[in-house]
Amino acid sequence: MSSDSSQSPPEPAQGPGRRPLVAFTWLWVGAPLAYGLYELVRKATQLFTG
Amino acid sequence: MSPPVAPPGWSRWLVPPAALSVHLSIGQAYAWSVFKPPLESALGLSGTQSALPFQLGIVMLGLSAAFGGTLVERHGPRWAMTVALVCFSSGFLLSALGAAVEQYWLIVLGYGFVGGIGLGIGYISPVSTLIKWFPDRPGMATGIAIMGFGGGALIASPWSAQMLKSFGSDNSGIALAFLVHGLTYAVFMLLGVLLVRVPRPRQRADGRSAPLEGVQVSARSALRTPQFWLLWIVLCMNVTAGIGILEKAAPMITDFFADTSTPVSATAAAGFVALLSAANMAGRIGWSSTSDLIGRKNIYRVYLGVGALMYTLIALFGDSSKPLFVLCALVVLSFYGGGFATAPAYLKDLFGTYQVGAIHGRLLTAWSLAGVLGPLIVNWIADHQEEAGRHGSALYDTSFHIMIGLLVVGFAANELVRPVHARHHEPATTVPAPKEGNDVIRQQPESA
Repeated sequence: MSSDSSQSPPEPAQGPGRRPLVAFTWLWVGAPLAYGLYELVRKATQLFTG
Repeated sequence: MSPPVAPPGWSRWLVPPAALSVHLSIGQAYAWSVFKPPLESALGLSGTQSALPFQLGIVMLGLSAAFGGTLVERHGPRWAMTVALVCFSSGFLLSALGAAVEQYWLIVLGYGFVGGIGLGIGYISPVSTLIKWFPDRPGMATGIAIMGFGGGALIASPWSAQMLKSFGSDNSGIALAFLVHGLTYAVFMLLGVLLVRVPRPRQRADGRSAPLEGVQVSARSALRTPQFWLLWIVLCMNVTAGIGILEKAAPMITDFFADTSTPVSATAAAGFVALLSAANMAGRIGWSSTSDLIGRKNIYRVYLGVGALMYTLIALFGDSSKPLFVLCALVVLSFYGGGFATAPAYLKDLFGTYQVGAIHGRLLTAWSLAGVLGPLIVNWIADHQEEAGRHGSALYDTSFHIMIGLLVVGFAANELVRPVHARHHEPATTVPAPKEGNDVIRQQPESA
């Protein structure tokens, strides 16, 4: 169907300077999500133990 | 505000966290129920009254996504995320004031109306940007963001409950909890505002930005195509089928096995609900990413066809096997999540990236209808069956047959989807790629 070759995407060369930023941003969103998943697993196990 | 264009060397893997910071925040909406009992006791509200902020919030989500989509396309993702941040956080701050001075209407106005605008604009804010950064994997990219909307409630639910436990459940404790929510979400969403970038436009030989290539359809034209309305039916049917189980999951599993030798306790039912949430989230990223490999039409064939099969198995054998019931319900819920997350990529395939965010916003009105339709069908029928003296799984048999019918209608609608007729395509000259803003580093033609 459509292709969008007028914009640059696929994987621009990523300088080493960006890697800490990438890691930080994924940690920023990953840490609370991990907390939510941990709480979810604790509750979900009640289906088998409750 | 000009869309912020990525400087050379910008990693596209910075864009999903930007989107997630918004979606994980606004997904809090599904954890509103945590505030209901304290509000009811502190302000003397009924259950119906305490649900008002959430209900108004969801209505505003649909309306602002439908009507604000064009603005989001015009002003770009940073503008949209800023609006989402300001509205969502202000909604909490207004609610804090409302709780502090015991004026419930301020909570309804704040969380429901103002916050609801933040929900709608925030939901669609990263969609077209993600698709532009990941033209090779649009399903995965939007799946990550839309999974965040499901994940937001997983985070907010225990976090808000813990906060109310610490601050107290009287009106000043609730006010403080709202205040902390508003400020924390503002800081959390700020990452998205600061980080989001649109890919830089390709340059033509004369140095000007080249227009988008391929099929491009404006939001206005999309509404005139049968493809949009067929997809609207597909989404509406898929969501109705999923939400029918999700909304009544705990009483449903309890009723199903009430007359068996292994009845389900309230604690186990809560575990079942949590497991469904996990399936919903996993489906958003898993199935949406799979759609990049097998195609959008095929994945919706799976959602709707296998979904109908799962409902059939529950209706026929569900009350004789708990593992089968749980497994089928999990699959249906994973398809429910997958249906949401794959929709933007399906729209991109049909209408291009030109105004895909705005078209997605309009498609979400299907969600609004399904959100009413699914629970209505299941609850209304269960109530009537109970009045007729039925019990156990018999309360839900008719609902399940209706859900199967709805999924078959959705399947047929998906089969009718064809590429959009050329008369709806935008001429190449009217679909420019985004302009560079003043706040970004000027692009080097050979860079990255």
